[in-house]
Amino acid sequence: MTSIGTGYDLASSTYSPDGRIFQVEYANKAVENSGTAIGLRCKDGIVLAIEKLVPSKLLVPGGNKRTQTVDYHVGVATAGLLADGRHLVGRAREEAAHWRSTYKEPIAGKQLADRLSSYVQAYTLYSSVRPFGSAVILGTFDHTGPALYMIDPAGNFFGYRGIAIGKGKQLAKTEIEKLKLDELSVRDAVREAARILHVVHDEAKDKDFELELSWICEASKNRHVMVPADIAADAEQFAQQALNPDEMED
Amino acid sequence: MSLKPGEVNLGTTIMAVEFNGGVVIGADSRTTTGSYIANRVTDKLTMVHDRVYCCRSGSAADTQAVADIVHYYCQMYSTQHGEAPAVKVAAAMFQELCYQNKDNLMAGIIVAGWDKHKGGSVYSIPLGGSLHKQPFAIGGSGSSYIYGYCDAAYRHNMTAEECVAFTKNAIALAMSRDGSSGGCIRLAVITEAGVERIFVPGNELPTFFEG
Repeated sequence: MTSIGTGYDLASSTYSPDGRIFQVEYANKAVENSGTAIGLRCKDGIVLAIEKLVPSKLLVPGGNKRTQTVDYHVGVATAGLLADGRHLVGRAREEAAHWRSTYKEPIAGKQLADRLSSYVQAYTLYSSVRPFGSAVILGTFDHTGPALYMIDPAGNFFGYRGIAIGKGKQLAKTEIEKLKLDELSVRDAVREAARILHVVHDEAKDKDFELELSWICEASKNRHVMVPADIAADAEQFAQQALNPDEMED
Repeated sequence: MSLKPGEVNLGTTIMAVEFNGGVVIGADSRTTTGSYIANRVTDKLTMVHDRVYCCRSGSAADTQAVADIVHYYCQMYSTQHGEAPAVKVAAAMFQELCYQNKDNLMAGIIVAGWDKHKGGSVYSIPLGGSLHKQPFAIGGSGSSYIYGYCDAAYRHNMTAEECVAFTKNAIALAMSRDGSSGGCIRLAVITEAGVERIFVPGNELPTFFEG
């Protein structure tokens, strides 16, 4: 399955003979083993959705969210080590706040993605620290419109129209590619996101999961908020019906 | 206000007025060291970016240093950001420097220009380092004498030509009453299309009651 580094994988500061940094690749494994997160850039906003796996029934519902807000207009979905994800969000908040204080304007999505990715990359340089074991989906809405970025543990970032990370990413990516994102409204995208996460969720391996849905759109006054309960419930129902089309519901 | 030995003062009258589509900025041209006029043809209108200028009053050295730093910041911003900084952003940069270094600076600056989001904007940053967005702003030692004239003559929605006349008249009046202001008037009209500089020599100044 995985190739073993054997001697070249002990530190971030070591290349393998074929030019790989194994510690960074291992960090990516942490992301690949986590619950799926997807982001969709629609014509009128951003939708973020997370399959938050619930390991124990004793956990308080709605806690340990993997969706967080950085500035009014920026939402973040993390995958991988939850604590690392929270740390990166903290850094992103500092960057956004510092930008506002210096330039008296909200930070543009691209600038924030650039800064955060530089930060992540710095932790891949030294043997005294470990790379972050999380990937971050950044959804923003600034004066240029909605934008979506993803930063991986290596510090690479790209802009996306649709993105999936985590264990179900291959299947989710296939589903996302079927969507006409440029014509999709956020309302429809919320339903599609819920549907896709239900499709990729493996009932056998991971029992319980919470569906975290958040958006940035006109209805949310261009701010990142969790999707209102009624719309989320509607999306959940749409997803269930799509999964079980033969079951009749009263 | 006591100057340090050798320090040179921009006695000054500076002004900026916003109109629909841009701004008009103007200044006199006198720099003094005590009563000696060190430069009688000074250009106090300094570019910090293609469509953002500042009008400098107070210590010549201090304002030049601050403007140079903001010019650098604006270049970095536009290179990294991919678009020109808004006037508000440039004004924020000036404010940060003027406020954090208020004990060591004597700088009264008016930031004015055009950006694609807000069109023309004028921001005043007086000695303490506060920031004030205004439809028009006046500054420098000569400005004291023209507050009444400006308040009476200003109207909303003036055209660019009317703003130029308003600015020219106001600065001329200040120059005739303030010993630290004089020489000629330098004006600039900043719009989306660019920066148009206007020079009014000392013998072509608008004349008013001279006694």
